[in-house]
Amino acid sequence: MIWDWEFTGRIIPDILGGLVVTFEATVLGSIVAFALGLVLALLRRSRVRLVSTAVWAFIEFVRSTPLLVQLYFLFNVLPGIGLKFSSLTTGVIGLGVHYACYTAEVYRAGIEGVPRGQWEAATALSLPIRRVWTSVILPQAIPRVLPALGNYTISMFKETPLLLAIGVLDLVGAAQEAGSEAYRYVEPLTLAGICFLLLSYPSSLLVRRLERRVGV
Amino acid sequence: MFENFSHFLSVLLQGVPPTVIATLCGIALCIVLSFTAGLGMLAPWRWVRVIARGYVEVWRGTSEVVQLFWIFFALPLLVGFELLPLWAGVLVLGLNHGAYGGEIVRGAVQAVPKEQYECAVALSFSRVQRMRRVILPQAVVEMIPPFNNLFIQLLKSSALLSLIFVHDITYQGREVLEPNFTGQTALIYLLMLALYLVLAVQVTMVMRVLERRAAAAVGREPVEPSKALGRVEGGAI
Repeated sequence: MIWDWEFTGRIIPDILGGLVVTFEATVLGSIVAFALGLVLALLRRSRVRLVSTAVWAFIEFVRSTPLLVQLYFLFNVLPGIGLKFSSLTTGVIGLGVHYACYTAEVYRAGIEGVPRGQWEAATALSLPIRRVWTSVILPQAIPRVLPALGNYTISMFKETPLLLAIGVLDLVGAAQEAGSEAYRYVEPLTLAGICFLLLSYPSSLLVRRLERRVGV
Repeated sequence: MFENFSHFLSVLLQGVPPTVIATLCGIALCIVLSFTAGLGMLAPWRWVRVIARGYVEVWRGTSEVVQLFWIFFALPLLVGFELLPLWAGVLVLGLNHGAYGGEIVRGAVQAVPKEQYECAVALSFSRVQRMRRVILPQAVVEMIPPFNNLFIQLLKSSALLSLIFVHDITYQGREVLEPNFTGQTALIYLLMLALYLVLAVQVTMVMRVLERRAAAAVGREPVEPSKALGRVEGGAI
């Protein structure tokens, strides 16, 4: 018998426990990515050449290098400079910063998609620059980028298993551990795969519907 | 701090061939699967479309780490033979990114103006001739920028192979250097990141050349040679 149902039943609680960790990392990572991405997108537009170039270089560097190595880097370097975090926090920082570099480009496209007339109208009303952003530009830019942000959240959900490399027991981490204890990998890893498919496929259908709604 | 620099670099460079082999073979498999799946999703036969769609959704919907572990740990128990880690890695890189590439191919073929189909039909080209002579050459120009993004994703994903004991750049840094030079991990990891960046720039440069060639081949204006790192958006992950 290849598939052991009794074993499957025994490991389900562990795997669901791991799923909670995966969710936690995805939600917190998304919050960091969405907030930091907006900051990066705004800094990227800075008139100070040094700032905008530095932000551009940072974004390209992070986007061109593996998240796994970035996680190892944070995991080893943060404690060295006096920042002691748990594995999960380190993972959230890593995921958040990595994806912020993708969402920054999304925000940038959204901001550039706001018609020029809106800027001119805001200038004509002599609104202070902060009001221009908070009342005119961002309320128009953000709804258009929501589907893209949703897609990145789904990607992040599928990349959280990387956190097992720095000791976070997420869905795959839990499956891997259950597997190595019993030396049976088929059931836990297949269950983990099914969990991902069951959760990410409906989410991408939802995002697709949202895409049609906002007409991107 | 920098006295070990050349030692670090030489150890990490030993990891470059496996990374490059995994990436190049992964890209080759990814291209084949992308075209098969992309054209499959547009096929006139329903069963072909269902299979292609199923492949794309399953491999995009599950995590790459699960896929890698599944193929490396679970599959041997099911089929009774084990792939070498490097080839298991190539298989996962190709299958996973091929699923994303399938959507790129499908999108690009659908983006070719309808008139082009109609002209080809009017010239009584066969289905295959239409695809090969008219539609694909134009679609390929559209595909290259998103494929560039995809190939860089693939290169980055090759770091995962260190988890199944392939001696790539990440493995060299993580397993060979880090335990022996615990005080200098920052330098080791920065060097590793820099190596990946250099490889990513190589990918982008090759893709730029292809982009210009493909555009010229269908008689379009060559794209302006922008900065080597400035990539086109969309299509990534």
